[in-house]
Amino acid sequence: MAIERKFKIGKPILEVKNISLSFGGVKAITDTSFDVLEHEVRAIIGPNGAGKSSMLNCINGIYKPQQGTVSFKGKEIPNITPNLMAQMGLSRTFQNLALFKRMSVLDNILVGRKLHTKTNFLEVAFQLPKVKKEEKINRERSEEIISFLEIEDIKDTPVGKLPYGLQKKVELGRALATDSSVILLDEPMAGMNVEEKRDMCRFILKVNDELGTTMVLIEHDMGVVMDISDRVVVLDYGKVIGDGTPDEVRSNQKVIDAYLGVEH
Amino acid sequence: MMKPVFMTYTKKDLINLAVCMVLSVLVIPTFITTEYWYTSILIPWLCLALATIGQQIVMGYTGQLALGAAGFMAAGAFAMFNLILRVPDLGFVGSLIVSGLIAAAFGILFGLPSLKVRGIYLMVATLASQFFIIWMIDKFGWFKNYDSSGIITAQDIVILGKPFTTPLAMYFVCLAVTTVLTLLAMNMARGSTGRNWMAVRDMDIAAESMGVSLLRTKVQAFAISAFYCGVAGALFAFCYLKSLEPVAFDIKLSFKILFMCILGGLGTINGAFIGAAFILLFPVLLNAIGNNVFHGAIDATIISSIEQVIFGGLMIIFMIYEPLGMAKLWENIKQKFKTKFPTMNVKNLTSSIGKKS
Repeated sequence: MAIERKFKIGKPILEVKNISLSFGGVKAITDTSFDVLEHEVRAIIGPNGAGKSSMLNCINGIYKPQQGTVSFKGKEIPNITPNLMAQMGLSRTFQNLALFKRMSVLDNILVGRKLHTKTNFLEVAFQLPKVKKEEKINRERSEEIISFLEIEDIKDTPVGKLPYGLQKKVELGRALATDSSVILLDEPMAGMNVEEKRDMCRFILKVNDELGTTMVLIEHDMGVVMDISDRVVVLDYGKVIGDGTPDEVRSNQKVIDAYLGVEH
Repeated sequence: MMKPVFMTYTKKDLINLAVCMVLSVLVIPTFITTEYWYTSILIPWLCLALATIGQQIVMGYTGQLALGAAGFMAAGAFAMFNLILRVPDLGFVGSLIVSGLIAAAFGILFGLPSLKVRGIYLMVATLASQFFIIWMIDKFGWFKNYDSSGIITAQDIVILGKPFTTPLAMYFVCLAVTTVLTLLAMNMARGSTGRNWMAVRDMDIAAESMGVSLLRTKVQAFAISAFYCGVAGALFAFCYLKSLEPVAFDIKLSFKILFMCILGGLGTINGAFIGAAFILLFPVLLNAIGNNVFHGAIDATIISSIEQVIFGGLMIIFMIYEPLGMAKLWENIKQKFKTKFPTMNVKNLTSSIGKKS
């Protein structure tokens, strides 16, 4: 990370304060706070069931935490919904793939352009000139993303027919198509082989580097996390047990205990 | 994927459209002269295909299990009757559009449950539209202009001062309306509107995270669907039944449209026409077989029972082996034909000739 970055890491863009979330009697997250700085690659790690995905779902508005606040771009957001967060410039991918299975790769990515589509259904029905103009811009941007992710040859294939690794790529593409300033990646490399993982890392860093997109990712592969992220937050049993640069986290005794186990 | 040449239509679409237009405007009127074909097959086919497109939009594209198309058709039909009766200045086309809009308003109302319930429960909730609209028309005499006989005769169709009363003329009215609305539906289905519908169908949480509003998209789909059903209902009453009675729009018709939608192929526009044709023509075919092969030895009631059995069986078979219906089946047959006889494909032929020389 010694190379000079085009987009310097700046002020906090996303702040999570004292979030607590429970499902009935099960506490998923307890009083968790951390922040994400503009243009950085931020990783959330932790053992299974640590509450990482729940955390992303709270940020994105799919879950409503019982306590705590999420601030985005300096504003505290009282009633978070996925739609509102998308409009504010936060996009995401899902752990278990949430693609539109019967639609082609191109169409999936085009759905990501929804917020850049202003025409209504009547204008679309009558194909007014402005619809064509907008559609052209959206298609061009989608094609750009497709060639960026090197998936040109499958762009007309229904995503349901694609292998897992490619589907993950398409999902990243869909999130990119929104032109969001922050992208949440829920285990973007789960179930991939070494080569696919390396590819995915390259794309994540390239996006961060070229577009300045802030990346928040959940990942299990420690090697990957330590390589690509600027800062890491470690969750265990719904609590933050470590937060800092990869090196700081690596030498944190609590983190080592959580991962390797500790004698009681 | 082929590039669109005009609006969202590719060259292939335009060729298909031209073929359909030549067939329906020139060939059919020249060769079919028996009234029976127009009044009993072609006109109801066009009307029901239009209603099936409505069902496709909400069920095939947006993935909301709705059952109550006939209710919206009734709303459209009775709106049309009252508009022509009470607001004659609107004209036929104007009344048709407004009655579609009235049906769309009902669509919005009965589409609201889709925000909270899904699947089979939504189907039950949307049944309310079916029963409520029919009940409302029966209950309040105003809708029927206080006619006590129960069946009202539909007014004659007059467009720009010209009467359209012969079966052929009515066929052209239906054809024109269906063609325009089908093309508009194709534009929507292939454009950003259709992508939003399908995104909601395939994975609603992801759609929402991309900024697709579930509320707006679902309600929009219900409204457009009801508009199509309303217009179809008005045409059905004015061109086919030539009378208005709530009983004609009972739940059986809703089921018929549902079957047309599923057999034709969920999520396809052309499937609506294939499905409607199949369901309308199949009983005719069975009757013809009964009369000509068995010379009336089989009782008519048995034939109609056989019809039900075969429909039921086909539904199950399609659901298991080809959930995308007859439209997909047709695509597959074309594909098989192409791979088996590659030289039949004109493109291959010309390219292979080009290589040799």
